[in-house]
Amino acid sequence: MRRRRAQGPRRPPWTGPLGLFHAGSSWLHRVGPGPKVAGLGVLGIAVVALTGVVTTLALALVTVATAVSARLPLRSTTRAVLPVLLTAATVGAYQVWQRGPAVGLEVGLDLVTLVLAATVVTATTRADELLDALVRGLGPLRRVGLRPEVLAMAIGLMLRAVPGLLQTATEVREAARARGLERDPRATLAPAAVRAVARARSTGEALAARGVGD
Amino acid sequence: MIELEQAGVTAYAPAQPEERGSGGHEQVVTLLHPTTCTLAERRIAVIGANGSGKSTLARLINGLALPSSGRVLVDGADTATDGAAVRRRVGFVFTDPDAQLVMPTPVEDVALSLRRLGLDRAARTARARQVLARFGLAERAELPVSALSGGQKQLLALAGVLATEPAVLVCDEPTTLLDLRWRRVVDDLLDGLPQQVLLVTHDLEAAARADRVLVVDQAQVVHDGDPEQAVALYRDLMASGATTG
Repeated sequence: MRRRRAQGPRRPPWTGPLGLFHAGSSWLHRVGPGPKVAGLGVLGIAVVALTGVVTTLALALVTVATAVSARLPLRSTTRAVLPVLLTAATVGAYQVWQRGPAVGLEVGLDLVTLVLAATVVTATTRADELLDALVRGLGPLRRVGLRPEVLAMAIGLMLRAVPGLLQTATEVREAARARGLERDPRATLAPAAVRAVARARSTGEALAARGVGD
Repeated sequence: MIELEQAGVTAYAPAQPEERGSGGHEQVVTLLHPTTCTLAERRIAVIGANGSGKSTLARLINGLALPSSGRVLVDGADTATDGAAVRRRVGFVFTDPDAQLVMPTPVEDVALSLRRLGLDRAARTARARQVLARFGLAERAELPVSALSGGQKQLLALAGVLATEPAVLVCDEPTTLLDLRWRRVVDDLLDGLPQQVLLVTHDLEAAARADRVLVVDQAQVVHDGDPEQAVALYRDLMASGATTG
């Protein structure tokens, strides 16, 4: 049996880059959520529409400068974004192999730029403020019979669900390990899916009980 | 006042393998037989074995479960036709606070409950902080919810529900996951509330303090009245092993 090395104090499980608010007083903390979400949308369009290594580098630099100006805690932000960096490196390397270094660099950097920008928005905006902005932004949908409050809550919950799902996956993996089944996908994938659905149902039930969406 | 008028709940469930040949893969099971009672006392406890139907009874009162037959009224509002009005009057606390807390920080979670009062964000936040202070959670208002202990999470769940000042509070085993210290904290808090409280519990000490106790067994109320007799009956049922569970 493989022996696991002692690793010192245990870190909390990785909970993804989104949905973590860090209190602060930077200019980004002071800007309202509407302009930040709009800026994120514009950046997303720019990243997709504008091609070329120079443009990609410029957008990435602007995003990094914005992140630095938000004065987010370096350690936790790096830890949150690190797996995305690894994914971007893998995807970029594949594109370098398939379509050349320029495309590879562009694809990898675009991915990092978008995730970093989204991280900055959620890290400098309280969930409550984000919900208000979404309700206002989605207001016109009322004309077609949709309820902005419910849609905004769904989007807010989606952001909140990422850490929850990762926690569920960690618990399921630990349960499988406790039974010596960590290499058996049936002992991890099926329970994780079942628990994710159960979690969604119980969250919905709790929201209904609190009258959210009535 | 809570009124159950022949309120019963049935549901589809997978059929036992031996019954699948004749009636397909589903069967109708009774979660609660038609029940009639008026609940007006300030402290009401519901006790019974696991799977006996006590949580179904509790869920009927908030409209989380709708009766398959009969009806449930809260101050005259029918849970089936006027659910929003019922939920404004009846708060519900679950066993597992993690299921109930949906926002990243305590202050935002309490503020979420206050949204339906139509307050602006500044007023919501100010009121949420007042509520948290009342529950001894002021210093934890900005911490991630995941950093709270189980007892603090349950207090926060209660704060979120009580922030809107419902007339009735239904608690479905709120202390089951807590250690003795937090159990006492939550019990004391519930005892001191001005609201009518319906407590589903396995804690017989808490049940004995109620004004009225309902014992649920095999999907029906088998005792309704004096706490002392109710607890004695429940102990007998447990000892005889004749209950569902």
